[in-house]
Amino acid sequence: MKYIDEYRNKNLAKIILKQIDGLSHQPINLMEVCGTHTVAIFRHGLRKVLPPHIQLISGPGCPVCVTPIRYIDEIIAFAREKEFIITTFGDMMRVPGSTSSLEKEKAKGADIRMVYSTLDALQVAEDNPFKKIIFVGIGFETTAPTIASAILKAEKEKIKNFFVLSMAKLIPPVLKGLLESKEININGFLYPGHVSTIIGSQPYSFIASQYHIPGVIAGFEPLDILQSIYMLVKQIENNQAEIAIQYERAVKPEGNEIALARMKKVFNQVDSDWRGIGRISRSGLEIKEDYHPFNARKFAVEIEETREFEGCRCGEVLRGIINPPQCSLFTKICTPENPRGACMVSSEGTCAAYYKYGNNI
Amino acid sequence: MCLAIPGRVKEIYPDHTADLEIGGVIKKASLELVPQASVGDYVLLHAGFALEVINQKKAEEIFQAWEGK
Repeated sequence: MKYIDEYRNKNLAKIILKQIDGLSHQPINLMEVCGTHTVAIFRHGLRKVLPPHIQLISGPGCPVCVTPIRYIDEIIAFAREKEFIITTFGDMMRVPGSTSSLEKEKAKGADIRMVYSTLDALQVAEDNPFKKIIFVGIGFETTAPTIASAILKAEKEKIKNFFVLSMAKLIPPVLKGLLESKEININGFLYPGHVSTIIGSQPYSFIASQYHIPGVIAGFEPLDILQSIYMLVKQIENNQAEIAIQYERAVKPEGNEIALARMKKVFNQVDSDWRGIGRISRSGLEIKEDYHPFNARKFAVEIEETREFEGCRCGEVLRGIINPPQCSLFTKICTPENPRGACMVSSEGTCAAYYKYGNNI
Repeated sequence: MCLAIPGRVKEIYPDHTADLEIGGVIKKASLELVPQASVGDYVLLHAGFALEVINQKKAEEIFQAWEGK
């Protein structure tokens, strides 16, 4: 496929790897923030071919993984009420809540439907005028404009039975939170390509100016990732700290202004809880008062008491402090078939990637 | 979850939706976020929406930078 196959050219990959190796021999820790990068890095075996002094650490960029159990329980509470139909991206189905999951609730008869797009959820609303349709609004800046667009469309077309349970989160604030915690030692960031398609490069600039850590907005194919690592190592060697865009074919410095305007119109930036990380200032998106009719939280549902699974170290994995094999549950009790934490459920979770591509580490 | 894949715009409809061709398969997409997209352009498709038009010139720079090194 165009714009994919040519970025998997092995000969060019070898050339870039050789150049990376020639740049530096000091230990370098790079964080790939985005779960889609984590999967690409494992799938293409990039950790294995990088020089051993360059370590890649997975970050908090898996939306399913960073959603606290209480939010999962909140969706389950809605699912248990007969008046609602839950529409959700498939990733959420198997995430364990305190005592159940959407998959289990569906098996018990709840009307839960997997959708590919917010527009499919709107269609469910149009097709079921006597039901209340809840869309589980999970995702980062990549997905948030599609949620905003659905709300705006519902308003325009007077669809009154469509409601969003917003769980959307923002990447730059959580990076600030991680850096402030001082638990991690990161020399450079590989920034998420598709989040940046929306937000551009400016929102990361404080990380370069205040923390003196360089960053490169990276595409998702092997040559993209390797070139981004080359660009980062070069900055680190030259003691530079700038935000560069490697993924220029899809990312403009200003981002997608139409998408940003829609997000701004529909959402307020609010403090938000991140699983394993804690509450981060202005890191979440809640629906503005103007769009309250479309906010699922106007309905009162009883959410059960939160119960965390003992021993799960998903939080430390999300903060880049430990690797999954350092968790005593990993592969012994916690597997993709029987996941105990969200990092093992989502295909983009670091634990799931380690499990699936264990030989490529 | 932030996966987006490139698809070629085949046909644009009056309601700002389009047919995209992705690896020989036709997928429907909303062009609301990229009104500048034209037939023949490649766009990045995420969850039913085109997020950006791929800049062909920028796309080739990586090859110019590394080929022959």
